[in-house]
Amino acid sequence: MRFDVAIVGAGVVGCAIARELTRYRLHVALIDRECEVGLGTSKANSGIIHGGHRAHEGSYKGATEWRGNQLWDELAQDLPFGYSRIGDLTVAFDDGDIEHLHMLLDQGRRRGVSGLELWEPERLQREEPNLSHDVKQALHAPTSGVVNPYEACFALAENAVRNGLTLLLEHTVSAIERRDDGFTVTTDRGVLDARFVVNAAGVHGDAVARMVGAEEAGLRFRKGEEYLLDKRLVGFVTRVVFPCPSPTSKGILVIPTYDGTLMVGPTATWSEATDLTTSAEGARAVFEGAQRLAPGISEGDCIAEFAGVRAVAADEDFAIGTTRVPGFVNVIGIQSPGLTAAPAIALDVVELLQGEGLGLEHDDGFVPGIDAPIRFAQLDAEEQARVVRGDPRFGRIACRCEIVTEGEVLHAIERGARTMDGIKFRTRAGMGRCQGGFCAWRCMRLLAETLDVEVSDVTKRGGASWITLPRLEVEHA
Amino acid sequence: MPDLQPWQLERRYDVVVVGGGPAGLAAAVGAREQGAERVLIVDRESEPGGILQQCIHHGFGLHHFKEELTGPAYAQRYLERVLEHDVDIVTDAYVLDVDPTRRVSLLSGRHGRTEVDAGAVVLAMGARERTREAIRIPGTRPAGVMTAGFAQKLVNMAGYLPGRRVAILGSGDIGLIMARRLMLEGAEVVGVFELMPHANGLTRNVVQCLHDFDIPLHLSTTVVRIHGHDRVDKVSVAPVDEALRPRMAEAWEVPCDTLLVSIGLIPDNELARALGVRLDPVTTGPVVTSTMETSRDGVFACGNTVHIHDLVDWVSQESQLAGGGAGAFASGRRSSADNVRLVPGRNVRSCVPHTITTDREHTVFLRVTKSLAPCSLRLGEVYERPLRYVVPGEMVTLKVRPRFLQGFHGGNLHVDVVPREEAAA
Ligand SMILES: Cc1cc2nc3c(=O)[nH]c(=O)nc-3n(C[C@H](O)[C@H](O)[C@H](O)COP(=O)(O)OP(=O)(O)OC[C@H]3O[C@@H](n4cnc5c(N)ncnc54)[C@H](O)[C@@H]3O)c2cc1C
Ligand SMILES: Cc1cc2nc3c(=O)[nH]c(=O)nc-3n(C[C@H](O)[C@H](O)[C@H](O)COP(=O)(O)OP(=O)(O)OC[C@H]3O[C@@H](n4cnc5c(N)ncnc54)[C@H](O)[C@@H]3O)c2cc1C
Repeated sequence: MRFDVAIVGAGVVGCAIARELTRYRLHVALIDRECEVGLGTSKANSGIIHGGHRAHEGSYKGATEWRGNQLWDELAQDLPFGYSRIGDLTVAFDDGDIEHLHMLLDQGRRRGVSGLELWEPERLQREEPNLSHDVKQALHAPTSGVVNPYEACFALAENAVRNGLTLLLEHTVSAIERRDDGFTVTTDRGVLDARFVVNAAGVHGDAVARMVGAEEAGLRFRKGEEYLLDKRLVGFVTRVVFPCPSPTSKGILVIPTYDGTLMVGPTATWSEATDLTTSAEGARAVFEGAQRLAPGISEGDCIAEFAGVRAVAADEDFAIGTTRVPGFVNVIGIQSPGLTAAPAIALDVVELLQGEGLGLEHDDGFVPGIDAPIRFAQLDAEEQARVVRGDPRFGRIACRCEIVTEGEVLHAIERGARTMDGIKFRTRAGMGRCQGGFCAWRCMRLLAETLDVEVSDVTKRGGASWITLPRLEVEHA
Repeated sequence: MPDLQPWQLERRYDVVVVGGGPAGLAAAVGAREQGAERVLIVDRESEPGGILQQCIHHGFGLHHFKEELTGPAYAQRYLERVLEHDVDIVTDAYVLDVDPTRRVSLLSGRHGRTEVDAGAVVLAMGARERTREAIRIPGTRPAGVMTAGFAQKLVNMAGYLPGRRVAILGSGDIGLIMARRLMLEGAEVVGVFELMPHANGLTRNVVQCLHDFDIPLHLSTTVVRIHGHDRVDKVSVAPVDEALRPRMAEAWEVPCDTLLVSIGLIPDNELARALGVRLDPVTTGPVVTSTMETSRDGVFACGNTVHIHDLVDWVSQESQLAGGGAGAFASGRRSSADNVRLVPGRNVRSCVPHTITTDREHTVFLRVTKSLAPCSLRLGEVYERPLRYVVPGEMVTLKVRPRFLQGFHGGNLHVDVVPREEAAA
């Protein structure tokens, strides 16, 4: 099969680019090694749509943060994913911090970020009574928001597939060869040809660039640990709260996620590209940092934890651009605020490809949306009653912590979930305080029945991550 | 299993019991015996019986039925009683909410999203297991880390093996039972690691499940790191000091493909919390009176949702009482108000119920903080009983008879468990 464009990496960046390209009459392939989209850094981050005033001027990051921020509204109109502009606060504890607030305020105003406002302690305590009373001043950015990043990836990819994208999951790209008329991309499950290749391989961006002899970004890796707190604390803090950065750290944030659950983090420590471990030191740093902002937060409320790895280019900026290999575009080093910037990056990449010779002809058949999945817990009693009358599978609870029904799980499988994590990130089943103790068996059974596989084939997230293991064979000498 | 047809579900019941585990079943019987005409049990599983259905080992009913039954057999015995008492049962149905007017909202494929009004409610939702996340073990997050109860469900209910080389964190009963179960299933249990200097489960389970199978029990030791990408490939364990902090310099690695976490149960109290029922910060279950009534009028609670039991027999006894209270309440009868508040004193973590009367006999369940042997159980100045030993893993039961409290005129009564010498002095 010959494609116009092959995108390596189905993180939020690859998914956004893919969807943008399906607006045109093109054959596009989106390739990822994982069994679902978004399972790299794009599912393991703070989920903040930065306000637009934060990233440094004069950088690619600064140029795309505010543009990306504005584009999320349109995406959220077209596609179903958790997204809400809850605003953020940067809080100052001393004079140095206050200076930083003014720097951000000026930077934001120059970019045209609307609504930035300095709050005095009195206002702050009225709006966010659970924040530390030691805060001297705060900068409020109403433009900031939170998103469920994995849901955004699923929605972008599902919509792109609907518009003709070829999604190749569980395909690991191992070689890319430049030919006269394009590229041959070799994966562990076959070879494909493409006229253009986009490298959106996240932490493996340098490795993929190397395959074809393109420039590398000198990637290093900075791990961030995040800790999710019990639902009990819903509403404790209602906006994202940032401290001012210190010379050694960007600081620990308090993040009310889209679903209301509080998250605290992230740390920032140099690591290996694939190091997703959490640590005792990380937890300590996170809870100390979070308690400085909101003293009522306690480690005992933690219900889940994870780590994500930022791909950091040598100059700390995004490395987006054409390369010495014609037709091969790098979109690597996409550290924070890469999630925020992704929709803007996607537009830029389409332009770059056009500059490299890709013809763009609008596809009139492009459909911008997909059906929203039913979120049973968010319906009122009457709507719930109606849904159950229509389909009794919505009357059976699969996950009791988050009130997710079997109907929702089955829909998720119909829409592409293949693993326990795929179900969890699509429906929230297993995300609550019992962490799957109740729903895991139900989800395993539904996966096996619907996909017609054995329960023992069900994995947590593909590969060898089986939930059960076969019995030991008796060895015969 | 006789599940109600939609047209058979009434709009109003004298008593609605949330949860059909041993607590809910006994409560329903109790309610009928105390005059409730229409009683409904709602359970979210396809069969009543609760956690007992997956406990296929023996050891249930020694006190109550004077014979040793398996979990499902115990549940079956109770279910028969329930059916004899003409109680309605709805399964595969989830109680979403109980409001202060005792309107119960439920969700089921068969009955839809519907509401039932109750003269009295009994909360019997049981408990959930504490997870790896609750104690925050650092490391990776591979497949193969699961609670012991989930592993038990996989093996006993579905016939799948959760793993082949298994390390177990925590020496609670479920972990101990599962150690033996997995050995019998052909898996290898490489060790049980317990943070505290004593085992947390029943002594008989330590002997029958670990010693008899040569499974090492490492006390004062904990898992400090989980390794593995797709599936667990090893865990790091370390001894802990007196303050329970791991001594990392002495850590060692244990190759395994599975880590079972058996670190305790937490009463399931989302419904109670939403209803505004007062909770005891130690047990995390509702504060209850001598008839197991909560701080909300006409809302009773029993079983693991109130405090974690190690023997189902006591669950049944306590729940029969709760159901009786609910039945009486629904029939407009109330017994004399409690006038004694039990205060957990020295070496006592919790007492249930929280209050009693001076005019009736009460069974009080308590948990101690530390092991002691021999020792003495003291009820204020009014009563004292010698005990051979106490351990935190075994609940202590105390029958408080009216004659102990003769001359006691109400107020606070401290409950202490003290060393024998001290008591004698
Ligand atoms: C802790 C943390 C917090 C963050 N918080 C925020 C935030 O609040 N707001 C914000 O805007 N940004 C945030 N970020 C940054 C944001 O998460 C990233 O910028 C973004 O997710 C990067 O997306 P990506 O698509 O480039 O990478 P990824 O999501 O990692 O996608 C790369 C994909 O490429 C695939 N791949 C790699 N190699 C191959 C191969 N050889 N063959 C096939 N497939 C391959 C991988 O499987 C992966 O799915 C945070 C990052 C971290 C780590
Ligand atoms: C592994 C294990 C081994 C044990 N071994 C022994 C032993 O050897 N001997 C012994 O005597 N005891 C033993 N026990 C203890 C005994 O089984 C428990 O104490 C007893 O099951 C608790 O009863 P319960 O009814 O309170 O809770 P559960 O048995 O947990 O029942 C609660 C019920 O409520 C339902 N429910 C909860 N919330 C809702 C809702 N919102 N809507 C509808 N339904 C709901 C649940 O589905 C469940 O069926 C063991 C327990 C375990 C877990």
